[in-house]
Amino acid sequence: MNIRSTNWIPVGSIHDIPRQGARCVKHGEMTIAIFRTADDRLFALEDRCPHRNGPLSQGIVHDGCVTCPLHNWVISLETGRAQGADEGQTATFPVRLEGDTVLLGL
Amino acid sequence: MTQPKQNLVIVGNGMAPGRMLEHLFELTDRFAVTIFNAEPRENYDRIMLSPVLSGEKTYDDIIIHNAQWYADHGITLHRGEKVVSIDRAARQVVSDKGTVATYDKLVIATGSAPFIIPVPGHDLPGVLAYRDLDDTDAMIAAAEKGGRAVVIGGGLLGLEAAAGLKSRGMEVTVLHLMPNLMERQLDPAAGYLLEKELTGRGIKVRCKANTKAILGSDRVEGVALEDGTVLDASLVVMAVGIRPNTELAKQAGLEVNRGIITDAHMRSSDPDILSVGECVEVGGMVYGLVAPLYDMAKIAAHTLADAQTRGFAHQETPTKLKVTGVNLYSVGDFGEGEGREDIILRDARRGTYKRVILQGDRIVGAVLYGDVTDGGWYNEMLRAGTDISAMRETLIFGQAHQGGGTFDPVAAAAALPDDAEICGCNGICKGQIVQAITDKGLSSLTEVRAHTKASASCGSCSGLVENLMAATLGAAFAKPAQEGICGCTPLGHGDIRRLIKAKALKSIPAVMQELEWATPEGCAKCRPALNYYLIADWPGEYEDDQQSRFINERVHANIQKDGTYSVVPRMWGGLTSVSELRAIADVAEKYDIPTIKVTGGQRIDLLGVRKEDLPAVWSELNDAGMISGAAYAKGLRTVKTCVGKEWCRFGTQDSTGLGVRLEQFLWGAWSPAKLKLAVTGCPRNCAEATCKDIGVICVDSGYQIVYGGAAGLHIQGTTELGSVKTEDEVIEVIGALTQMYREQGYYLERIYKWADRVGYDHIKSVIMDDAGQRRAYYERFVYSQSFAQIDPWAERVAGRFAHEFAPLTTLGKLEAAE
Repeated sequence: MNIRSTNWIPVGSIHDIPRQGARCVKHGEMTIAIFRTADDRLFALEDRCPHRNGPLSQGIVHDGCVTCPLHNWVISLETGRAQGADEGQTATFPVRLEGDTVLLGL
Repeated sequence: MTQPKQNLVIVGNGMAPGRMLEHLFELTDRFAVTIFNAEPRENYDRIMLSPVLSGEKTYDDIIIHNAQWYADHGITLHRGEKVVSIDRAARQVVSDKGTVATYDKLVIATGSAPFIIPVPGHDLPGVLAYRDLDDTDAMIAAAEKGGRAVVIGGGLLGLEAAAGLKSRGMEVTVLHLMPNLMERQLDPAAGYLLEKELTGRGIKVRCKANTKAILGSDRVEGVALEDGTVLDASLVVMAVGIRPNTELAKQAGLEVNRGIITDAHMRSSDPDILSVGECVEVGGMVYGLVAPLYDMAKIAAHTLADAQTRGFAHQETPTKLKVTGVNLYSVGDFGEGEGREDIILRDARRGTYKRVILQGDRIVGAVLYGDVTDGGWYNEMLRAGTDISAMRETLIFGQAHQGGGTFDPVAAAAALPDDAEICGCNGICKGQIVQAITDKGLSSLTEVRAHTKASASCGSCSGLVENLMAATLGAAFAKPAQEGICGCTPLGHGDIRRLIKAKALKSIPAVMQELEWATPEGCAKCRPALNYYLIADWPGEYEDDQQSRFINERVHANIQKDGTYSVVPRMWGGLTSVSELRAIADVAEKYDIPTIKVTGGQRIDLLGVRKEDLPAVWSELNDAGMISGAAYAKGLRTVKTCVGKEWCRFGTQDSTGLGVRLEQFLWGAWSPAKLKLAVTGCPRNCAEATCKDIGVICVDSGYQIVYGGAAGLHIQGTTELGSVKTEDEVIEVIGALTQMYREQGYYLERIYKWADRVGYDHIKSVIMDDAGQRRAYYERFVYSQSFAQIDPWAERVAGRFAHEFAPLTTLGKLEAAE
């Protein structure tokens, strides 16, 4: 069993992310979406809907969820799980704030 | 063996005795009826004279009882014979033509005469009253010659006359003695709105105008006012009031004051002589509106048939003005006074004014202008003396917005009296609807609309009609469930739109707070809808909420299945040029755009653009003079055209030029759903205008405007809106239609669905037949466009919303942590 330590990487300022919106972090082949809610909570999810790989970062953010722009799946920002009758899960990443700086845990 | 019939003689053949006979024939057949009618015709609906004057109806449309009806009931009708004397001892009446009739019971229904101000010149030819069909015909004849008309009297009748003459093409001035119009029915605020509306329609209004003399030598030439003003006029209509016709009764020695005095059972001082209608004075009051006159008719019929009634009792009668497009309702007492309180709701932009006057916890009056939906409801509570303290907070928003679990709309509909007006547009009462439902076995709203016309115009009473159906049919009627627009609210789109205006809600949080959203931030369904409603309702005030827009409208490009975007620049009317095509080719080459496709809307789609390249692509397209084609928008998309008469041997008009003009006029407008237009140069329809949201078909004589087509999941041809002669008229009509749709449509509701919902006839009557409303819609559209016509691409090229197009950061290759 590998013991993995989390690398906290500064990716930008919270003010660069719109409330009820998201910005992307490119990480090699992967894109990670950092979401900021209306009440300034942050969440990081792989920018890929479990349904048809839609870019979740482009969706409408509401009540701790994001609605995928392609086919309206609703994904929980906290767990990455599809809500309602849909089934599927997107990878989530730890994210935290230090001052205004957003730290992404990889 | 049948008994010999008694003789019932009626003097007068207006609406009140007509209604009385209907009731009487249901109660008994013991009478042989003789009627003397000073007018040479049958019984017609006098309150519909205004639509006859304005040309919306003909005399035949307003006949209540035709010749057959009189024959069927064995009535002897003496047309054009005026009764000149009553001999009570001999129980006989004598007409001006010498006809003598003997009565057992006599009903005097002589009505009223218009009051003519005795100023010099009042008897000149060309001075008319507005009372009966002869006056109406005389006005129509005068209007055909054109010229100027002066209407003296800014009350109900005067204003209806003014609107009718205006619609017949005359220049009309209304003179009113009092400081505000219809001062007996309206308070100054509503009077002001009405004056503004009429002025907007080109009717001049002069209040505090005291007529001194009517000028002219052998016919009317003008009107002189006390203040020295002289107005030219070829027609003067006096509509300053009525007075009961009582001479006949007076001669017969009956007790007469202002009117013929009767008891509560409509008996005059001679118990064998009854009286009904405007000539009556009962309980110290004289009446001129139809509802109390019909009450009298019913009571008189019962008295004649020796049946019991409670007798006549005064009730407040609501007033409405029968001018198309002016919604006005007033009832009760609205004067200020000790212990009186007002609840007022104003919306200046919409021209809505609602005022409810309370005394203690009871409604004593209501004045509604603009939105009159709840007039009947307030009136019911006024009549019943309902204690409104529990709903005081929400009273002004109307019946639909009464929360409290105890309110049952079906029970409320069931409790309405038969004469409660349900459909204000078409003047349909509850009794008529219930009767149609039961007699004809109607079970759907559509059927009720078809048979009664109730809710067939503006549709605002649809809910009430459904409640009536539920009350009438019980379990047999499955009322379509009222569903909220999403899980966040039980309110439907219509309620939300109405409340946004009524409560002047100007932000998404305000809507969610005031309308009690169940979720803190809404969802992907309701937020874009609210964002649209706020943009449409508060142009220049509401700031577009980017985060409540679907991605395509946020980044002004169409997201594709792989997360790239497509870019469609505008090509006005489908026209392009060498330099535009060159710029498109250059951009495609420079940014490795993999697919270039000609769209169905006559332009070019660049597919597979990376999001981060969007601003650069737009910048280059902007430089070549192109702006966003809004191919993603719930808004104006394209205006397709054919080449028209510039090139085509069949073309009748410059369809391409008109298409370009329309697109330049309409672009940037957000609408409930996408809006696609086409202009075709002849009826061969190469531009496919007849399946568009709005289409224009050029013909030799001008332009046919059609709308409500669909060619998506659902396919349907357009419906004609109307024909116009000039391009300017096309622009005004389409601008007005678009604005009406923008103001009334539900989010994502295409124009054909909106038209299905509110009615094609209604839309046509507003946009084509009512110049005032058309102009108002058009002007609101133009105002809204002044904030909307900003190219979103150029804005973003200049740096706005830059965060949308760049990643937050790009991480270098990380060492995998072991």
